[in-house]
Amino acid sequence: MRDLRKMAGGSGKGIRFSRLYSFSCLKSKFRDEHSQIGGKGYSRVVYCNDPDNPEQLQLRYRSNYVSTTKYTAFNFFPKSLFEQFRRVANIYFLAVACVSFSPLAPYSATSILAPLVVVIGVTMAKEALEDWRRMKQDIEANNRKVKVYDRSNTFQDTRWKNLRVGNLVKVYKDEYFPADLLLISSSYEDGICYVETTNLDGETNLKVKHALDVTSSLRDDDYYKKFKAIIKCEDPNEDLYSFIGTMWYDGLQHPLSLQQILVRDSKLRNTEYVYGAVVFTGHDTKVMQNAIDPPSKRSKIERKMDKIVYILFSLLVSVSFMGSFFFGITTKNDIHDGKVQRWYLQPEHTTVFYDPKRAALAAFFHFLTGLMLYGYLIPISLYVSIEMVKVLQGIFINQDQDMYYEETDNLAHARTSNLNEELGQVDTILSDKTGTLTCNSMDFVKCSIAGTAYGLGVTEVERALAKRKVDAKHNITNSSSNIQMSTDDVTDLGKSIKGFNFKDDRIMNGGWVNEPHADVIQKFFRVLALCHTAIPEVNQETGEIDYEAESPDEAAFVIAARELGFEFFERTQSSISLHELDYGKGRKTDRSYELLHVLEFSSARKRMSVIVKNAENQLLLLSKGADSAMFERLSRKAKDFEAKTREHIKRYAEAGLRTLVVAYRELSEDEFRSWEEEFLDAKASVNADRGALVDAATDKIERDLILLGATAVEDKLQNGVPQCIEKLANAGIKIWVITGDKMETAINIGYACGLLREDMKQIVITLDSPEISDLEKQGDENEATKASSESITEQIRKGKSQLCSGGSSTTFGLIIDGKSLSFALSSNLEGAFLDLAVHCASVICCRSTPKQKALVTRLVKKGTGKTTLAIGDGANDVGMLQEADIGVGISGVEGMQAAMSSDFTVAQFCFLERLLLVHGHWCYRRISMMICYFFYKNIAFGFTLFWFEARASFSGQPAYNDWYMSFYNVFFTSLPVIALGVFDQDVSARLCLKHPQLYEEGVHDILFSWPRILGWMLNGIISSMIIFFFTTNSILHQAFRRDGSVVDFEVLGVLMYTCVVWTVNCQMALSINYFTWIQHFFIWGSIAFWYIFLVIYGSLSPVVSTTAFRVLVEACAPSPFYWLATLLVVVSTLLPYILYRTLQVEFNPMIHDRIQRSGMGGSGNESPGDLSIQHSGKMGSVKDKSRYRDSLLVKQ
Amino acid sequence: MSSGDGVSQSSSKKSKKPRYSRFTQQELPACKPILTPGLVISTFIFIGITFIPIGLSSLSASDAVVEIVHRYDEVCISSNANDDEAAHFARIGYIQDDRTNKTCTRTLNVPKKMKQPIFVYYQLDDFYQNHRRYVKSRSDEQYKSPENEQKTKTCEPEAFNDDRKPIVPCGLVAWSLFNDTYTISINGNTIPINKKDIAWRSDRTHKFGSNVYPKNFQTRGLIGGAKLNESIPLSEQEDLLVWMRTAALPNFRKLYGRIETDLEANDKITVVIQNNYNTYSFDGKKNLVISTTTWIGGKNDFLGKIYITVGGICLFLAIAFILVYLLKPRPLGDPAYLSWNKDPASY
Repeated sequence: MRDLRKMAGGSGKGIRFSRLYSFSCLKSKFRDEHSQIGGKGYSRVVYCNDPDNPEQLQLRYRSNYVSTTKYTAFNFFPKSLFEQFRRVANIYFLAVACVSFSPLAPYSATSILAPLVVVIGVTMAKEALEDWRRMKQDIEANNRKVKVYDRSNTFQDTRWKNLRVGNLVKVYKDEYFPADLLLISSSYEDGICYVETTNLDGETNLKVKHALDVTSSLRDDDYYKKFKAIIKCEDPNEDLYSFIGTMWYDGLQHPLSLQQILVRDSKLRNTEYVYGAVVFTGHDTKVMQNAIDPPSKRSKIERKMDKIVYILFSLLVSVSFMGSFFFGITTKNDIHDGKVQRWYLQPEHTTVFYDPKRAALAAFFHFLTGLMLYGYLIPISLYVSIEMVKVLQGIFINQDQDMYYEETDNLAHARTSNLNEELGQVDTILSDKTGTLTCNSMDFVKCSIAGTAYGLGVTEVERALAKRKVDAKHNITNSSSNIQMSTDDVTDLGKSIKGFNFKDDRIMNGGWVNEPHADVIQKFFRVLALCHTAIPEVNQETGEIDYEAESPDEAAFVIAARELGFEFFERTQSSISLHELDYGKGRKTDRSYELLHVLEFSSARKRMSVIVKNAENQLLLLSKGADSAMFERLSRKAKDFEAKTREHIKRYAEAGLRTLVVAYRELSEDEFRSWEEEFLDAKASVNADRGALVDAATDKIERDLILLGATAVEDKLQNGVPQCIEKLANAGIKIWVITGDKMETAINIGYACGLLREDMKQIVITLDSPEISDLEKQGDENEATKASSESITEQIRKGKSQLCSGGSSTTFGLIIDGKSLSFALSSNLEGAFLDLAVHCASVICCRSTPKQKALVTRLVKKGTGKTTLAIGDGANDVGMLQEADIGVGISGVEGMQAAMSSDFTVAQFCFLERLLLVHGHWCYRRISMMICYFFYKNIAFGFTLFWFEARASFSGQPAYNDWYMSFYNVFFTSLPVIALGVFDQDVSARLCLKHPQLYEEGVHDILFSWPRILGWMLNGIISSMIIFFFTTNSILHQAFRRDGSVVDFEVLGVLMYTCVVWTVNCQMALSINYFTWIQHFFIWGSIAFWYIFLVIYGSLSPVVSTTAFRVLVEACAPSPFYWLATLLVVVSTLLPYILYRTLQVEFNPMIHDRIQRSGMGGSGNESPGDLSIQHSGKMGSVKDKSRYRDSLLVKQ
Repeated sequence: MSSGDGVSQSSSKKSKKPRYSRFTQQELPACKPILTPGLVISTFIFIGITFIPIGLSSLSASDAVVEIVHRYDEVCISSNANDDEAAHFARIGYIQDDRTNKTCTRTLNVPKKMKQPIFVYYQLDDFYQNHRRYVKSRSDEQYKSPENEQKTKTCEPEAFNDDRKPIVPCGLVAWSLFNDTYTISINGNTIPINKKDIAWRSDRTHKFGSNVYPKNFQTRGLIGGAKLNESIPLSEQEDLLVWMRTAALPNFRKLYGRIETDLEANDKITVVIQNNYNTYSFDGKKNLVISTTTWIGGKNDFLGKIYITVGGICLFLAIAFILVYLLKPRPLGDPAYLSWNKDPASY
């Protein structure tokens, strides 16, 4: 990607081109490959500057119109309705609504349709709103203007959506590319341009693209009159990092690579303009091909909720069946021995629904009626309420000031709202290390050159190690001195340069000139200054130079070189220039190096090299890479200080530093020539295994290197990581760290962040034994595999027995390396491995690949059945994030790819503490309470219907007016539940953090356990019984007012319904822990609304209001009996719950009960804080104070 | 993909830090009720001391009601049948025979002084006026205005007479109108029973039209209950209006009329009953009820008793809790109460 090979200079260097591109020899190769290009997967043909070519038209490539919406105007209704009815409950309600038009219905069709329409309408409105937002973005994108070369031979403004494959476009500085373009030429002579790809991968550094040399001279509009070319290339695909194609131009075929492709939605920077040909349009572009929704995840609670809905369905069916059974019997008895019994029903003149002669059939139809009547057992508004609640909860997460990170100006962000409550149930956290636990901003701290270690700085890990040793000796007495030490360092850091924390007078300020191996030191820093892909940015005002580097490591090296006298200040396409301190002369000179090739870094190669030619015409290969990749490539002759360097590297790794080995090699002209030819051939090949060919070629030259030394950069732990990990551990969460680091580094980071402790026993599983490496060296793969597998089995077994013998008091830490992990994850060992791992307090997997990260995550998720959370920041964590139940991305330095595929993003690891312990706990509590309560209120209501029906000879007559019932879920009871789901807090955020043990309620799923759910259901049944039997018995048949009028059907319905509304709302008031004015408003408002509704509805014409006509005003309100009965029933209904809660709080309190009481009765921490919050002016200071107090608590 | 970026770019100049508001930070002032022993005990005591007086006063109100309940459906038929089955059929035969004299005279004793107004009810047991088929068989539109005479769709099977002409008032409810009548006298002096204003006011003024007259009522072969005077509009047929207010439960009373004179204790009242209504087919019972009312309505001790019971239970619980706390005190905020405080501060 960063191949600067073809960054050919201007026309003056034309001679070199012919050398680089010996076309005559390439052509023959191309003919072989050409069959590939036309074949499967490589079939795209683009007629550049000729979109109207009949052959082009025949190909019918898609237009550049882009639509990211889920629906269109035409299919919105059918499609979104279809989406809605994928929920079982909704299908049920739809079926009921359909049947309700038949005489089977116990109530009017409109009254059952209304809530369904409301519920589905709300959900659809939400969908429509979301889609409308997307559509607005689409319209904006589709109508952006771009200059397109048209038939009038000029570049004219055209809308993006009108762009076609083959069009020539001209894009100016800071404009976005409208489609995937082939770069033809740019404002620069050599055809390069700079591109910002933040929208694609979040990387903020600029990338260089360059045009083919044959086209890069077409730098004026006039050239394009005659320009014609045919591109044949791969089909649309989602791979952002590869492109294979060829261009026929001027009768010759030229290879195309990603270097010529400008991807849609990236931005042109630092370049006046570019010309490009449209290759992929619209949905064929790489960015659109990438826009696939991540796998949708559902929370455990929601899955359990489905089960409860099924339980309710079976309850519904059995209740209906019971009703129809008795109905069948009574109906059959209506004609007894040919004599009519209940003559007033005229059973002899009836429809099939009540026909005593066909009682079985009547009972069957009645069963259908029952299914409708008791449909209130299933809360129709449950799903939509939960969805609304989760969106609001997500807003609270997004708005939390305490998760705002000033430095990057980032907030926590809930990208999916359907996992909020899952945050409260996390059992295992799988964490990446670099960039997640650490800052991923590298400081150059140490280096080893020619066997001498330089750099006196103390790293955090060393500090932690030192503290550990001190602690072991003197317990805690010396801790104050340690703190002293750390504050010293902090003040030092203030002065230092970002990325550079190196202190050693032997080297700094030109001191290296006097060192024994000054020439090696010079070479060492030259490599650092030359072997990279950074781009310098000279600050015009100050003259200071900053670097745009691909990775923070690389930036650290260039900065280190700059600080030590090798200032890289200019990069052209073929050269790198340094201000260099010459140790012979002792003054600064400018030196320029001709850059011949860059052999890029890749995670497989683990090294990077450049080939340069210096002023003395020496050809040099400069190389840096991981020790594992580099040591084996060293020349056998030049091993002077290899042992020392190895030792230093080991020590650096122990100190938690990232190390790279630096080496170089001189090349002879011949050697270079012959290699270059091969390399270029490999690069020019146009098939899928080009990568392998290139690797093989680079492998040939990167050998016999001469060792210079090693670098060590520190990746600082993020703020608050150890404290956060301790809190999370106290909350019962297990933390696994999965990292690509070396074992020593990983262990030491483990100590530094508190994952491993001195009192822990370590179980180390590794394949670093001599026998196995011997086997590997012999090349006997099967033997090695077998031996490794046996060794791992044995080590796991040993670990297990260690666990058993350790007793309960010792905790264990498991450390496993990547190679062992690949065996441990095999199907026959994973069970044993998991069994071992879950019994360890901490697990560290080092040297693991991205795929292993995902596999480990899956193992934990599937193996334990518990909720897993993966947190990471880089592209290598994506698999892990998507595999875990919850993926949390760190929105930080390493781009947006992790954040894009995550469910939540936070700016810093330590915010995880608040995200889980506060928001997670609250959301879990809220949602589980909410669902339980939902079932309670619908059972309480539904069963009153059943009891009444039992007294109405099971005829299916509902006790209430149709509209009371249909408004039940929508108006009279829904808002308080939503308020509970959005606002309730059992304990304040501060106490949540202070008592992480509270979190275990979620880990063990106490609040949504089956006993609790069934308990709520039972409570609902009890409530309905009390309501029904108390009301019916107290008004049996006597007059209920002084004027002698008796209770009729209408009044009983209103009385019972009043009791239900009061009861469920008061029950809600009892279960709420946190009463703000919102809760008060919703709860009491719902009750008040019932009365208001009765008055309004009752004042309508009796034809409309039927049984509700003036029922409150005329019948109920004047009767003291009505109010007394309401009071009695409501209080009696709530008594069982109050009693249960009282006994529970008293004798078997739950964790939150204890915290609530300690918070209230204990130190009184809670109340003063809350009181003073009411002085709005002092709000900030109060918050700060409490936070200060928290930090004190943490320190204690 | 470009969505998030548009947002981030526009706001990148300003800090994204959310503005502080108590609402978004979830720090709204709130009260946090906690079930402390004090709160629980005082709640129970409070419920106890409010409920028991309410219960007592409603009990005494119910007690003050004087009520005479007399079941007459069996005594008004002399049956000589030997077994139940035969008696059942004999009764049905009797009641369905139009020619027999169904007058039945009963003498009742007034136990206590009854102050006017005294309400006369008929009480039917095991009569399912709340049966779905029955409840639905009516047409409020038809009853309300004469234009809707034809709107009898909901009234099946009592929608049209045998000539396919609409029945007004249609429906099973009207068709089965109660038709027993009572005449009350003391010592030969007839006491007038006022049958005005026994129906709901809204029924008279709104639900039933003053210009809707009965038509084709009880003209089919199958006669249900009472017949209606076709010259009186529905809104004034108060017996019908009372009957049309269907009862909630299978045992119900309906207002027959008011006696507007006091009855003295031990007065012997004579009731002449026209025993027309057929409850024998379905083994229902018929009662005549003469009752006074108080502020709480008629006689029913249930409400008062439950009030006292619930209040009593609450007081009992309060006492029990007090005893528990006296015997086994648990100071609030006791650190030992928080078990995790034992957690070692080792790390």
